[in-house]
Amino acid sequence: MIRASPLWSNRGLLSNVTSMLRYIFKRALSLSLSLVVASFVIFFLIEVIPGDTASFMLGLNATEQAVANLRADLGLDGTALQRYLSWTGGMLQGDFGISYTYRVPVSELILDRLWVSLPLAGFALLLSTAIAFPIGLIAAANRGRAADYGIIGGTQLGIAVPNFWFAMLLVLVFAVKLQWFSAGGFPGWSNPAAALKALVLPSIALALPQAAILARVMRSALIETLSQDYIRTARAKGLSRRQAVLRHALRNALIPVLTIIGLQFSFLLAGAIIIENVFFLPGLGRLIFQGITQRDLIVVESVTMLLVFAVILVTFLVDIAYAIADPRLRRR
Amino acid sequence: MKHLPISLIWGAALSLFFVLVAALSLIWVPYDVTSLSIADRLQTASAEHWLGTDQFGRDLLSMLMVGARTSIAVALVAVGIGIVIGVPLGLTAAANRGSLLDEVIMRGNDLIFAFPSLVIAILITAVFGPSAINAIIAIGIFNIPVFARVARGGALSLWTLDYILAARVAGKGKARISAEHILPNLGNLLIVQATIQFSLGILAEAALSYVGLGAQPPTPSWGRMLAEAQTMIYTHPMLAILPGVTIILMVLGLNLMGDGLRDALDPRLRRARQ
Repeated sequence: MIRASPLWSNRGLLSNVTSMLRYIFKRALSLSLSLVVASFVIFFLIEVIPGDTASFMLGLNATEQAVANLRADLGLDGTALQRYLSWTGGMLQGDFGISYTYRVPVSELILDRLWVSLPLAGFALLLSTAIAFPIGLIAAANRGRAADYGIIGGTQLGIAVPNFWFAMLLVLVFAVKLQWFSAGGFPGWSNPAAALKALVLPSIALALPQAAILARVMRSALIETLSQDYIRTARAKGLSRRQAVLRHALRNALIPVLTIIGLQFSFLLAGAIIIENVFFLPGLGRLIFQGITQRDLIVVESVTMLLVFAVILVTFLVDIAYAIADPRLRRR
Repeated sequence: MKHLPISLIWGAALSLFFVLVAALSLIWVPYDVTSLSIADRLQTASAEHWLGTDQFGRDLLSMLMVGARTSIAVALVAVGIGIVIGVPLGLTAAANRGSLLDEVIMRGNDLIFAFPSLVIAILITAVFGPSAINAIIAIGIFNIPVFARVARGGALSLWTLDYILAARVAGKGKARISAEHILPNLGNLLIVQATIQFSLGILAEAALSYVGLGAQPPTPSWGRMLAEAQTMIYTHPMLAILPGVTIILMVLGLNLMGDGLRDALDPRLRRARQ
């Protein structure tokens, strides 16, 4: 009986796993280091904001004693190092501090807003991917023909449109003229249909420029893979152009596309800040924006840190996924 | 130069048009944009006001012209910041490839990329007060890692070439080789990237001034024109449409130019086209 030999011997597997673990360890180390540096930068930026939070909150008529009490209350009276350590130490345990203006834990505020920001980012990403994939595919398959040029021109236009301006137009057409949607606000998830409806226009406004970028990445990635030798081999083997694209090129072209999608998701979480303002959506971006204008600095600090963490984590996960797919990358 | 890409010609023409308009606004605009004239408010396009007037009676064409100056100035200086700081960093990293210095520079780059740019821009303008200068700084900071990365990537491939080896044999140091032999050969890459960052800068300036954190009144800016038009959009949509279309045309021009330049300057693509 002929037995197929294993693809790799056990020893090979072992060295494979250890090299992977070593790589993950190295990346995790650099991830933690990045987080520490990021927390320093954010803390420092907030530190140099002029003015005293406590006297700002109490107004002009406050007594010195009241201001001092409030500062102690907010934990603002220690040295910078003490405050930094208590802030980061708290975050490690899931305690993001107490909002100065709302007087509730910042983690509660974040959790609240995530219920708007996450679905919004999710829908926008879904929409942009759904638009970009077929468009990029069509452009690459028709490279150099009229359809390709039309799509390239269209994506150029899509990238040039400021999303908040597009949002204004959407409101004008679909909320004011046609009255299909409301012009802004969020009714909450107790009424799922109304909540979804409120997110439609904002998602479209966010998705358009993202879709244009993604379609371009998709197109160039596909064109790049289509020039590879294994595609010629596949064609020589008798596959039609379409089969070669769908079976071989698409899968390989997905790597750069997935990177962009990962980055776009973390961008959308915070990048929605202006769109959230246009539509009066209570999302994370608006939380930061209000935090800045109301001097609710602990909110600004913690939410910014959370967003940076999200981006760094996504990059980390993408790196790991690459390394699993392509062992050569582990040696870097 | 018969085979210039069409995108380059159109893009350069559009961009040049806006630069000329901005330059013209320095010496002449149809109407003063700082004086309000309620009697002339909300006029439609006419022989006197080619594009009409806004709710304060200001001439829209004049506002757009001066707005072009604001946008271009902010984006241009922001690109300058990115080049002046980013390129030397990238060259240094490439010259000391694999060293601790290289690692620190590149990880620092990654870190800046990880920050949500708009949030930091808003934070910076909140810390130092809203103004055109602070908008420039906020946009410029995020240009630094872009140029550092482009410079490093381009420089790394140049460092492997024979003529660099010859320069080393001749006794030139790393800094001198970077300045004399590497940098001049990165020109193409940097010009293309500068065009792209320029267009992103125009969009970022519009976004910042839209939320009130860019150039302050009475200096007109495209973003603030949009913000002011928002309440009027139901009755006077043109007030919002015109600045929007202007932004799109400017950004489109720069992007087309960037694409065209890349095609024209990259010998690999040039061969493919012929």
